[in-house]
Amino acid sequence: MNKTVSFVTDNFNKYDGLNIKKYIEIGGFSGLKKLIEKGPDFVISELKETGLRGRGGAAYPTWKKWDMGKKRIAKDKYILCNADEGEPGTFKDRELLDKDPYSVLEGMIIAGITIGSVKGYIYIREEYPNIQDKVAKCIENARNEGVLGESVLGTDYSFDIELYTGAGAYICGEGSALIESMEGKSGRPRNKPPRIGTKGFMQVPTMVNNVETFSYVTAILRYGSEEYANYGTSESKGTKLISLSGNIKNPGMYEVPFGVTFYDVIYTIGGGMKSDSPFKFLQLGGVSGPIMQKYILNTPITYENTSAYGLPIGSGAITVGDETNNVVEFLLGVQKFFVHESCGKCTPCREGNIQLKQLLLKLNDGTITEEEVIRIERISNTMKIASLCGLGQTAPTAILSVIRYFTNDVYKKVGFHVDFDGDLVKHYLENMKIDMSQIKLKYTEFEY
Amino acid sequence: MKNNNKYIDELIQKHNFDKTKLLKILLEIQENSEQNYVSKEDIINLSEKLKVPLSQIHEVTTFFSAINTEPKGKYIIQLCDSTVCRLSKNYIAKDELEKELNIEMGGTTKDNLFTLEYVACFGACDRAPAMRIGKKVYGNLDKEKISKIINELRGDLNE
Ligand code: SF4
Ligand code: FES
Repeated sequence: MNKTVSFVTDNFNKYDGLNIKKYIEIGGFSGLKKLIEKGPDFVISELKETGLRGRGGAAYPTWKKWDMGKKRIAKDKYILCNADEGEPGTFKDRELLDKDPYSVLEGMIIAGITIGSVKGYIYIREEYPNIQDKVAKCIENARNEGVLGESVLGTDYSFDIELYTGAGAYICGEGSALIESMEGKSGRPRNKPPRIGTKGFMQVPTMVNNVETFSYVTAILRYGSEEYANYGTSESKGTKLISLSGNIKNPGMYEVPFGVTFYDVIYTIGGGMKSDSPFKFLQLGGVSGPIMQKYILNTPITYENTSAYGLPIGSGAITVGDETNNVVEFLLGVQKFFVHESCGKCTPCREGNIQLKQLLLKLNDGTITEEEVIRIERISNTMKIASLCGLGQTAPTAILSVIRYFTNDVYKKVGFHVDFDGDLVKHYLENMKIDMSQIKLKYTEFEY
Repeated sequence: MKNNNKYIDELIQKHNFDKTKLLKILLEIQENSEQNYVSKEDIINLSEKLKVPLSQIHEVTTFFSAINTEPKGKYIIQLCDSTVCRLSKNYIAKDELEKELNIEMGGTTKDNLFTLEYVACFGACDRAPAMRIGKKVYGNLDKEKISKIINELRGDLNE
């Protein structure tokens, strides 16, 4: 099996990411043409065939979302591309928008025509100013080329795209917070219902997808669902973009088929550790994901495997740390991030994150008591259950994984040992399985 | 200040008096200010002309990290302090920057040329440790690189 492949990244370096004539020359907009030829139902059935799931983190089946969008009866509907990539360790959307922005725009047009929308928005984070400039030019070029506007490729369909920018808030990656910020307000998640699929931007039903998802739709329509299914496993078809970072020899973005192991990604593709120091841990899916020991390395990356192990693939970020790192110190970085990024709307997340930070500082300098270690767990569980949005629900994931299973790092300094179990791995997996499935349920509920 | 007034008028016009463009307008005002911030006067002005309540603009400017309400240096040096950059020993870059600029993290040089601050991940984790100055990202930082970058910026100013 090839370790890296190019399905969605096939256009990379074949054009400069601006020249639309060149994009067309290498097969650009052939996915869109297929839609025009075969109609919206064909798109939904192709997506269903592939089992493509949203690539922003929640992994909701794309065809279901689109089908619901299509069936919704409304005067106006909007398409929204979420390019507010803020998860530390994640940079795949940056790469896609830099190297193949037209595939993302094409995916948005396909979405628009499929569900009956004439207006799309792309919201790009403030931290990517050069990408914003680039995409703005691409939208202009697409208008001039007759791909966007009154008549898409000379048909009766019309579709246009407008660019919005963020201003440095991680929480705006959450769909309703993003929309609040588009409306000129501070970016705090809305109470649901109504979901944004029903009442989104300016109260208009809005279908949000991630950058990567749009690009995959374009590639799937272009090459066909069968070609896509040539990659991956039977339950997780296709490929995934991985952002590999940390103490690794070759950090970067890679496209891999589902079914490669973490070992493959880290050693075969990533070249192993950068220094002589051996592998110690990885964090999966950015700061909101769990931190895993080396036992995980032989696990294949698939939806079925990772959810059985309680590991969300999330955005596809893999951050690797070597033995020179203390996991508790690493956690302080995670926690600093959440304290800063919590929007403050609900108490469990706003206060919980601050409390966790205080306790972690104590853990780090060795002054924590047994009781306080147990309190970490209690606060974390409360946050998971009672927080309003995904940020607060997933913020304690990393801490929980560490206090239980990196016992050496955690308890070395404090002189006592809270013994969770003898068989660490087994216990870990069982625990995470229960916890994470609860979180996953929530995600599905909040998807729209 | 008068000039600024006219500038805000033009900016709002450019955005068709569209209230949903508030973030973009604020960022543009900041980009065009000498000291990288949106002043009180600007906010009052904007509130009147765009017909958005003052309280709302105040909330927005304080909510978003990318908008400053206090004057900063001409160049804001933003060092990432999120997980990947920390794994890549970003404190070495911090020490070097502090030494080179003779200020502490969070401070501004006396001549108002440089502000040094920590920011959250800006998606350059494949080049950690990384920092951002305006639209430019500098990755794989080490001591030599940092002193070269700072010297170049100082050189720009002397031209
Ligand atoms: S969970 Fe956190 S980020 Fe989400 S609404 Fe509550 S305070 Fe805001
Ligand atoms: S963690 Fe530093 S740029 Fe992403």
